[in-house]
Amino acid sequence: MRYKILTCGEGAVTVEFSRKINSRAGAAAISLAGQLRQQNAAGICEIIPTYRSVTLCYDPLKISYKELKRLIASCVRHPRAAAQDEESVRRFYIPVCYGGPFGPDLEYLAQRSGLDPREVVRRHISREYPINMIGFLPGFPYLSGMDASIAAPRLENPREKIPAGSVGIGGNQTGIYPIASPGGWRLIGRTPVRLYDPHRDPPVLYRAGDRIRFYPVSEQEYREIEAAVSAGTYAVRTEAV
Amino acid sequence: MGRIQIESPGPLTTVQDLGRIGYMDSGFPQSGAVDWYAASLANILCKNEENSAVLEITLGGFSCRFLSSLAFALCGAHVQAALDGVPVPAGRCVLADAGSVLQIGMADAGCRIYLAVSGGFDVPLIMGSRSTDLRCGIGGFAGRSLRRGDVLSVFPGGGFTRDAFATQEKILCGEVPIRAIPGPQDDYFTRAGLRTFFSGVYTVTPASDRMGMKLSGPAPAAALETDIVSDGIALGSVQIPAGGQPIILLADRQTVGGYAKIATVIKGDLPRLAQLRPGDRIRFIKTNRKSALAVLQEMQNTLADIKRQLQKRDQV
Repeated sequence: MRYKILTCGEGAVTVEFSRKINSRAGAAAISLAGQLRQQNAAGICEIIPTYRSVTLCYDPLKISYKELKRLIASCVRHPRAAAQDEESVRRFYIPVCYGGPFGPDLEYLAQRSGLDPREVVRRHISREYPINMIGFLPGFPYLSGMDASIAAPRLENPREKIPAGSVGIGGNQTGIYPIASPGGWRLIGRTPVRLYDPHRDPPVLYRAGDRIRFYPVSEQEYREIEAAVSAGTYAVRTEAV
Repeated sequence: MGRIQIESPGPLTTVQDLGRIGYMDSGFPQSGAVDWYAASLANILCKNEENSAVLEITLGGFSCRFLSSLAFALCGAHVQAALDGVPVPAGRCVLADAGSVLQIGMADAGCRIYLAVSGGFDVPLIMGSRSTDLRCGIGGFAGRSLRRGDVLSVFPGGGFTRDAFATQEKILCGEVPIRAIPGPQDDYFTRAGLRTFFSGVYTVTPASDRMGMKLSGPAPAAALETDIVSDGIALGSVQIPAGGQPIILLADRQTVGGYAKIATVIKGDLPRLAQLRPGDRIRFIKTNRKSALAVLQEMQNTLADIKRQLQKRDQV
């Protein structure tokens, strides 16, 4: 796939596959990031995939721009050369308690879309969402491919504090707030799973390219999982795709 | 084990090393000392690794008590400092007795002072770094800025070298030249817009912090819509939001963002940038990758030379 290398000073470049969001560019970015991670070249310190690009931060005293360019070209040209055994895509099953105090905007979404709240939930869990990018907040996954009938504009006045684990809808995307933060997405539920723990390695469960599947739990199940998470006995159901 | 107690933290003091590297893909900022050169130099003077944890003291007004005898060094902004009332010079390794009090006045030039102690501050390593990330509340001392009464432990190690000193980077103020390389989105601006950016004078505004330095000045004319689909943000990127007022993104910047970035400040000029305060003015000077690399190499050589000289002195 064609790409452009954009200069971000002497210590970073952005490999841009497209200026707009498109699925081929996203896939190319995820693939390039995975290969570069596996190559583990000396001097590359950050590999940040997004919807359409990969930004690389590097130490120019350890790896030259020329070497970097060559490395990028060979990764893009031979996408399968680096066998992705260790880097297989994973699917995470995330329990969510929808509606009620955990999902204060579920009713609004139901009214807006002319659906029963249960139908909104059914549509939200009906699809598997690829993680296109993680960012803006630690561990915040940008998930695409949501059923367009439950899309909704962001709040005009963002909430000052959204609790950790909140599942929201912003435009055509859905996502999870891993830490408490201000935010403008419409909240439809909450997960008791700890998506981010600074003392865990890696600190965030998933990376861009992985997949998320939501499933509904009752408030009682939510409390049980929450207790297990606190006790350190809960493991998120994960499988290789 | 060495310890110090904070008596006055000043406006903002945090524990920082050279940053939390390798987690931007999970959404974590790098954090770390904004003036990487001054922090490295302070550590070298105390015979620490350059990446040891130091205190980043914003604008001064700081004091602490040494609960044990420790060597320390101050680098960065110009301040009047005194140990039990006796003036201590910056850029020098000084031995503090147990019980002595270090007082740092408000900086008369520059913005950030770095206090290194021999051994380095002993705070937990979180994701490979001791840097404080205030937004996530992790790293450093309990994930927060320091308060009066906090007691910080210090690792054994480092050392005191009598008369160890180093010439510091000059603190610039007034109208300061800052070199920047065009890109990654310089093509979103018109030729005249780029000329405006590289010839205009921009003033540092009070809304600046460790995340970004907000400037006010002539708005560079855009050729395209400057809201872009988010991409990664490198250290020193100068983003131009819709209003046209540049923001230089620093250590605590968010990992991705959706504004066009007209240019990127070179790593070698981040230390002088880190020392600017509200009211100071910037003129961006266009440079290229090759020159930027030469500047960085020279600064690294200077640090290596100072390190070697200190080692040689110990052997005598």
